Parts: sequence; structure tokens; C-alpha cells
Amino acid sequence: MESQSVLFYLISGLTAFSALLAVTASQLFRSAIYLLFSLIGIAAIYFMLDQDFIAAVQIIVYVGGIVVLIIFSIFLTQDSGVEMRKSEWWRIAASGMAALSGFLLTALGLVEYNFVTQSDNLVTGGVKELGRALLSLNAGGYVLPFEMVGLLLLAAMIGCIVIAVKLKELPEGKENIQ
Amino acid sequence: MNQELLTPLLILSAFLFFTGVYGFVTRRNMISMLMSAELMLNSANINFVAFNKFLYPGKLDGMFFTLFIITIAAAEAALAIAIIIHVYRQTKSIDVKDADQLI
Repeated sequence: MESQSVLFYLISGLTAFSALLAVTASQLFRSAIYLLFSLIGIAAIYFMLDQDFIAAVQIIVYVGGIVVLIIFSIFLTQDSGVEMRKSEWWRIAASGMAALSGFLLTALGLVEYNFVTQSDNLVTGGVKELGRALLSLNAGGYVLPFEMVGLLLLAAMIGCIVIAVKLKELPEGKENIQ
Repeated sequence: MNQELLTPLLILSAFLFFTGVYGFVTRRNMISMLMSAELMLNSANINFVAFNKFLYPGKLDGMFFTLFIITIAAAEAALAIAIIIHVYRQTKSIDVKDADQLI
């Protein structure tokens, strides 16, 4: 086996293990840290696939943004050391069986199926090609989804502020205008 | 990366997806459920990148799907956390069983 395969299996094993711990850890804060390691492992897999830009976006947005946001919200909403309430045993057994059988079925289908892989690397997915296609107006360009995602982010930002803002306590007799 | 690693990559992504499904069903904490949803979105991203890289190397569509999924996941996480904080202010709890009123 080549060294690259060994590295791939090592990284994917670490990713899968920390993902499993992220959904089974009894403390919420530990669960968030395991999720962090799992996301870093996925970014490493993108690096192994030669997709540098997507790996960088994964690290910036997920590891630097979403996980930090989740950890902040854990601190805001509850004590991080408290153990979570356990689910009922029948719920754990049923969903574990459903997830396991679904995974085995999918894995069997994947092993049986013969993918016809192409080896000619015409487009490497470098930053230059991605940037040109992202702002291209021709066929195959992605300028419209780009603009729509910008609008969506603006709407989400305004929505977050409106939902999470703390209303001031008004004196008696005055209605809150909202 | 080697061509033979496509199937192990897809199996890893299936494992991550069903781990997310398991966590989403068993956890009763809203933040944990959000984390499980993020795992599922990530497994879909791995599939998009792997298929684009190994089956259609001349195109870039899978990469763009991945980039847009990451962007939308960030917006979704921010909104979900805003809603969770609002619910926590009203009910002093982030358990899904306690969030049973539209307030």
C-alpha cells in the first residue's frame, strides 16, 4: 500500500471516530470539540483531493465560524460541564439499528457498484479557474447563484439580529412596537 | 489521490451521514441536533467533491455545489443559534421537549 493510502485511511478513521464521539459524548462542550476535530479531518481530506480552496473555505467557515458560534451558544445557554439528559433506551436502540442498517445497505451498494473513474485532470480546481467560473456570465458560469447567496446571507443576518435582539423593558403603559 | 480510493471515500461519507442521522434522532438538546445536521451537510460535501474529482474531472459544478452548501450551512447555523437563544430566554431550557409553544 502506498503512503498516501495509509494517510487517507488514518485521516478518515480519525474523522469517523471523532464524529461518532460527537454524537455520543455526554457533555455538550466535549461534543462540540469532537465535532471540531471531525471537521478538521474533512478539511484534510479535501487537501488530499487537491482541492486547496475548498479545504481553506472549510477551515475558515466551519472550524473558525460555525464551531466557534456553537461553543459561544453553549456558554450562553447552559453550564458547559452539566451532563445532558439521556434519551430513552428504546429510542437509542431503534435509531442505532436504523442508522446501522442504513449505513450497511449504502456501503454494500457502493462496494458492489463499479464506478468508471476518469484520470485525465483537465481542470484542477485551482483558485484561478474557480474564480473565473464564479464570476462568468457565459454558460457554465455561476454569477447568478453567487448573487443569490449574497442576498440570502444578508437576509439571514437581518433575521438573526431581529430574532436574537433583547427587547428593552419599557415602563408600564407603553406598548412594545414590533 | 489514487483512483481506488473513491469507494472508501464514499463509505466514509455514508458513515458520517448515518452518524448524523443517529445523533439527530437520539439527542434531545437543540445544539446537539444542530451539530448532527452539520455532520450530514459535510458528508454531502465530501460526495460532491469526490464525484467531481474522480468521475467528471473536466467540470467544476461539484466544487460550486460544495461552496454554496458551506455558505448556506453557515447562514443556517447562525439563524438556528439565534432561534435557540431566543427560546432559551423564554423557557430557560434548550431541550426540544420544552419548546412546545410559538412565542
